[in-house]
Amino acid sequence: MAKDKLLSFEEAIELYEPVLGFEVHVELNTKTKMFSDAPNEFGSDPNTNLSPVCLGLPGSLPVVNGTAVRYSISLGLALGCQIAETSGFARKNYFYPDLGKNYQISQADDPIAFEGAVEVELAGGDIVTIPIERAHMEEDAGKLTHVGGATGRIQGAEYSLVDYNRAGVPLVEIVTKPIFGAEERAPELAKAYVQTIRDIVISLGISDAKMERGNLRCDANVSLRPRGQEKLGTRTETKNVNSMRSIERAVRYEIQRQAAILKAGGTITQETRHWHEDTGATSPGRPKSDADDYRYFPEPDLPPVQPSAELIAQLRAALPEKPAVRRRRLMGEWGFTELEFQDVVNGGLLSEVEATVAAGSSPAAARKWWTGELTRIANVEGREASDLATPEHVAQLQALVEAGTLTDKLARQVLEGVVAGEGSPQQVVDARGLAVVSDDGALIAAIDDALQAQPDVLQKIRDGKVQAAGAVIGAVMKAMRGQADAARVRELVLERAASL
Amino acid sequence: MADLTRLTAASLAEKLAAGEVSSVEATQAHLDRIAAVDGELGAFLHVNEHALTAAADIDRRRAAGESLGALAGVPLAIKDVLVTTDMPSTSGSRILEGYMSPFDATVVARARAAGLVAIGKTNMDEFAMGSSTEHSAFGPTRNPWDQTRVPGGSGGGSAAAVAAFEAPLALGSDTGGSIRQPAHVTGTVGMKPTYGGVSRYGSIALASSLDQIGPATRTVLDAGLLHDVIGGHDALDATSLAESWPSFAQAAREGARGDVLKGLRIGVVRELPDSGMQPGVAASFRASLAAMEAQGAEIVEISAPHFEHGVAAYYVLMPAEASSNLARFDSVRFGMRVTPHAGATVEEVMSATRAAGLGEEVKRRIILGTYALSAGYYDAYYGSAQRVRTLIQRDFTDAFAQVDVIATPTAASTAFRFGEMVDDPLAMYLNDATTLPANLAGVPAISIPSGLSDDGLPVGIQFIAPARQDAKLYSVSAALEALLQDKWGGALLDRAPRLGGDA
Repeated sequence: MAKDKLLSFEEAIELYEPVLGFEVHVELNTKTKMFSDAPNEFGSDPNTNLSPVCLGLPGSLPVVNGTAVRYSISLGLALGCQIAETSGFARKNYFYPDLGKNYQISQADDPIAFEGAVEVELAGGDIVTIPIERAHMEEDAGKLTHVGGATGRIQGAEYSLVDYNRAGVPLVEIVTKPIFGAEERAPELAKAYVQTIRDIVISLGISDAKMERGNLRCDANVSLRPRGQEKLGTRTETKNVNSMRSIERAVRYEIQRQAAILKAGGTITQETRHWHEDTGATSPGRPKSDADDYRYFPEPDLPPVQPSAELIAQLRAALPEKPAVRRRRLMGEWGFTELEFQDVVNGGLLSEVEATVAAGSSPAAARKWWTGELTRIANVEGREASDLATPEHVAQLQALVEAGTLTDKLARQVLEGVVAGEGSPQQVVDARGLAVVSDDGALIAAIDDALQAQPDVLQKIRDGKVQAAGAVIGAVMKAMRGQADAARVRELVLERAASL
Repeated sequence: MADLTRLTAASLAEKLAAGEVSSVEATQAHLDRIAAVDGELGAFLHVNEHALTAAADIDRRRAAGESLGALAGVPLAIKDVLVTTDMPSTSGSRILEGYMSPFDATVVARARAAGLVAIGKTNMDEFAMGSSTEHSAFGPTRNPWDQTRVPGGSGGGSAAAVAAFEAPLALGSDTGGSIRQPAHVTGTVGMKPTYGGVSRYGSIALASSLDQIGPATRTVLDAGLLHDVIGGHDALDATSLAESWPSFAQAAREGARGDVLKGLRIGVVRELPDSGMQPGVAASFRASLAAMEAQGAEIVEISAPHFEHGVAAYYVLMPAEASSNLARFDSVRFGMRVTPHAGATVEEVMSATRAAGLGEEVKRRIILGTYALSAGYYDAYYGSAQRVRTLIQRDFTDAFAQVDVIATPTAASTAFRFGEMVDDPLAMYLNDATTLPANLAGVPAISIPSGLSDDGLPVGIQFIAPARQDAKLYSVSAALEALLQDKWGGALLDRAPRLGGDA
């Protein structure tokens, strides 16, 4: 892959105005698929969550999942959209083995939700309003794994494996209008927007919203126009952006790449580009032109969805509070400083901290775990903190610390086990034998051994040089392989030194 | 014992219920008949090797005192467009040769649950595209009235099977006339229910907004009995109507008494003049009208100004939907697979498979439909056709404000000869001009025998009713059927030539 020339970000912004647009796909966490009763589950063996409908078997027919429609309406309302009185499905026709029917059931001219706006908060509290064009329902495609090629893409692969478990999983695609005025904060805005969508779907409870599982996927459209020019520049659509961090990086990269081309007098090709997490670069995919012909037409197997005004009113009444309102409320409830709170918001961890507090942890402890140790591991592993552990596990971990079962240091080891998928904190404690030794008998035996091994130290303690106890404490902690409460050891050392 | 294959389904069912005959005997009689005549006719693509087992099961359950459905033990032929778990389902196409479905079509499941015995799968134009059954990938079906002529299509196999006494009942599918036009040319009864009245789940889709499953039988009552079994809401078909339906068999029985004709307003379409029909067809149609008029019916001329655009609209919408519905036949998950060379890409395999596995008429319609949906042409073709469809629906609404039912000859001519229209697809398409308006509007329509044309071939009369008034069609057509059979001194099929297998 030839390396792209990049202009410095500062110069790019000086010369050109970035215009953004996003297509975010949200997989809904309904029990069954969009158009059949096949289970909607992640992580099952390939090709086990199937029905005749998601395989496109002859004679099979789709039936709309009512829960998916209600979820979509709720999401539309949360995005400030209008809900269509009549909303039809359409077929998007293309031959590719990721869909059994060789067409995707989507929505074209009459999406379930349209014309909305979402407020996004940037670091420092600035609020930007993102205009939403539409949110429409569709089915996800199956997953292809291309084997034998250098790039993992279909071109050059020896063969491809297809898993239809994901085929037919309910999706809502949220499409923004062009976003102007982000300027040098464009990359940050991109990330904040997707985080806001994630917060919304989590608060609605309609998606697991894990980016690494593809529950939430963002295609970022970026174009540049020279300062003072009205006409929009040619855009690219970057796909395969699977983490919050990547969204920010991918947008920054595209701005720098396009700016370099434009500055050199070149033109931007309208195309799909793939983001590569490892190299931090995008590469060209399929040329995308307005001539792409999917031969959309109204899906004749499905009558239009016509939600009643009562249903819409009911779903509207049940909406959770808006993200900005929620942030203000949580900040008050948790008593964090502005800086502490921004730390949580910028990490995209608001929902995690809230859920951890709901699971019994103190706000301070919840913040500490999520923005501290978990964020550190996430950065090392290039993953999302939210994907590493559940709020329930974090709350349990904190409870074990507060009960004295774990020291902070032990708790970090337990967390490693949880992140590695070894189970709940208690299971990791049991399996790894990591609990604090709280049996004084065992500690006393170790202390007596240590004191007898260092008679000079014993003498110093007896002489009142209490700080000398450190050497004994160290030896005892070593003997206990760290699994002892150092404060308790210190108490006992002083006791034993006096009594021996 | 009388020849069990000559009985109507209704009388066979009575004998079965009374214990006079067993389902095994009835099924065996029909299997024997198939063995004797189907070599000539080619109505069946597959004869069910499990039929006698199913029949024996029904006999056992009846002997055990179980309460069974009205048609329990009666053999049923199934158009190959419907998927079945115990027999291959090909829709008349090479690309699905040997395909075994993991599920039964809803209508098949309901028929089995009601105790009907699936006796075999009937021949059809490939993917139901045609009016002659000549476009089956597995060879044509011959018309029992004249074996040099076609049995109509696409459901020529089902119509020929009941006309030749190989089965008392058959299932068909009707997208533009595929149940009714074969009934017309074989002297049998064919009913296309209101769109949504019968589940389409398990019917290999041709055009989803037009397809409807219905009965092919020898009498109106038999059609009503079968319709009662297969009809009603199905949660697996989102276009299925939720309402409950009256008994259509009951409607047929009541209609046969004749009272329904008194004061009945029957619309005759000005835009389908006799001059456009074969004279023998027009004469038979007029004679039926006169017979009903004599019983107190009122013949009212109505106008349906947009019918003349029906064929044009239909041959845009149907291929458009078909081009998408048939995209799934790509070799990836099931069906035929052609690998053009070692290391071929999936695209090359799909392409080679479709090139080899689909017939000329199917390809023609896929190309037509793909074109009609293409960017830049969509509004001119698909959009205009949808507008015509709306206008035709309005024609029906206006007409039904004046009349109770509409009557037309089912088709303009009697059965044509093999090969006569193969090179002229447009002439073939025009064959549907009288039947396809009902599909475009979603209204129910039935074809029953109205007599013989001067060429000695059967002619059908079609009745069309407003949506959801299928029962009205059963009562009106049963009334005419009774009148005509009185006049003929028996069923029209009694006049059909004897087949090679007949003693």
